[in-house]
Amino acid sequence: MRLLDLAHARSGDKGDTANVGLIARKADYYPLLVKQVTAARVARHFKGMITGSVERFELPNLRALNFLLHGALDGGGTISLKTDAQGKVFSTALLRMEIEVRQ
Amino acid sequence: MKTVRIAAGQGFWGDWLEAPYRQVTGGPVDYLMMDYLAEVTMSILQKQKSRDPSLGYATDFVTQMERILPTVVDRGIRVTANAGGVNPRACAAAVAEAAKGLGFEGKLKIGVVTGDDLLGRLDGLIARGHDLKNLDTGRPLRDVRDRVVSANAYLGAAPVVEALRRDAQVVITGRVTDTGLTLGPLMHAFDWAPDAWDLLAAGTVAGHIIECGAQASGGNTLSDWERIPDLARVGYPIVEARPDGTFDIIKHPRTGGRINVAGVTEQLVYEMGDPRAYITPDGIADFTTIQLAQVRKDRVRVSGVRGKPATDKLKVSIAYFYGYKAVGTLVYAWPDALKKAQAADRILRQRLQDLGLRLEAIHSEFVGANATHGNLALQELDPAQIPEVQLRIGVRAREKEPVDRFTREIAPLILNGPPSVTGFAGGRPKPEEIVAYWPALIDKRMVEPCVELVEA
Repeated sequence: MRLLDLAHARSGDKGDTANVGLIARKADYYPLLVKQVTAARVARHFKGMITGSVERFELPNLRALNFLLHGALDGGGTISLKTDAQGKVFSTALLRMEIEVRQ
Repeated sequence: MKTVRIAAGQGFWGDWLEAPYRQVTGGPVDYLMMDYLAEVTMSILQKQKSRDPSLGYATDFVTQMERILPTVVDRGIRVTANAGGVNPRACAAAVAEAAKGLGFEGKLKIGVVTGDDLLGRLDGLIARGHDLKNLDTGRPLRDVRDRVVSANAYLGAAPVVEALRRDAQVVITGRVTDTGLTLGPLMHAFDWAPDAWDLLAAGTVAGHIIECGAQASGGNTLSDWERIPDLARVGYPIVEARPDGTFDIIKHPRTGGRINVAGVTEQLVYEMGDPRAYITPDGIADFTTIQLAQVRKDRVRVSGVRGKPATDKLKVSIAYFYGYKAVGTLVYAWPDALKKAQAADRILRQRLQDLGLRLEAIHSEFVGANATHGNLALQELDPAQIPEVQLRIGVRAREKEPVDRFTREIAPLILNGPPSVTGFAGGRPKPEEIVAYWPALIDKRMVEPCVELVEA
């Protein structure tokens, strides 16, 4: 299943770091996200698109995960030559990930 | 229980001009909060001020105030805005002038918050051992000192509270945090102590939710986006707060947009770092304690927010001259749109190399194929089906000359590169100065906020 069907997301920037807040569409989905959308898996997903590490934080109260993608923005802010210099749509790029769901 | 309503009027400089008017006329509100300052805005304003000492603030604010002042004065609505940029006094003078023109002479008290501007004090601070190290790279500011354009400490809610306490109806600030513009009114209205950490954290969360305007009420919201009603008449968010620190996010009746848990959650995670430590000058908010509940349609209740004591540092936003960049584009059409654009990119790069240009970076994107999602998108695409692709190529350098030369290399490709190319109507790209951002910390005791009052 696509992550898009299980979650929605919003992202923003802080310098050269993009953040992706990933939010489970239903409470039942949150444990799936916690288990499968690990920092390591997200780093693999964005291989070639980011130069730094990936950090993950858990917000069970909002059934959300927050990812920091370091070195994602070609220097970030005004330095960056990217269309998405502020990392606004890294969120939807993460939602392309495939998640295993037992029916 | 007494409640206080704070309406968001602007989420950035350039936001919807109609929003402030709609917020003060669409229903009862006590405060209008307007955020104008993004990281790069201060350097743009500093440049304007260096050309004309009477400028350096968000001029939009003055025209917006002119439009809403009759309502604001009539209803006793108070306004907090960081529209002052690098020249809050000039901004206040312009608003006072506008107020006089509307016949409000002697009827409007304006609070002016300054003290954030460190540009003139940098050498003294560096000499006294304040390195202002870049938070990302660790380098000391002296490495780029001669290229610094602006330097402003982020002030918190305290000077906003003081201005309100001294009866300012409009509070115009320089670099006060976005959240301080909401927290200030709440601390003032509910008499929250400056060490009531949970309450301050709650007010900070309220500020974070509404600081980006409609992003909390259906704008730029992914969750079920197609069913968000009437974004053409979107209602900007309003905080309806109670003295115990709980608050609701609402919007005026008969406006478009949507306020629900999913949308507010999206705004909460926007630009988030470590959720357990959202650090502001006023304290630290723990976002893992926030509880959200849909009370009814277009009303989300926020409760449970816990906070921690403030640190002894303030963040400083420094802008420095970095170099130059330019971006050129060409559009390639089917058949083989992507292949043609890729070929053009290879040819252009070869030419740049042959010219021996000293470029720090060359960045190519194929808009329509990989510009936003990179290889994640490319690998799912059937290249034969792509109707058109825009080659977007940018370069960056410390000197202007190589960037200038690059801008002459785009147009020739129309006649001497791959076929089926169009879209050069915009002409040769213009080299742009890059003013870059340098985040640092400074000891809080080094910064003295100042509040003055101006009468219209």
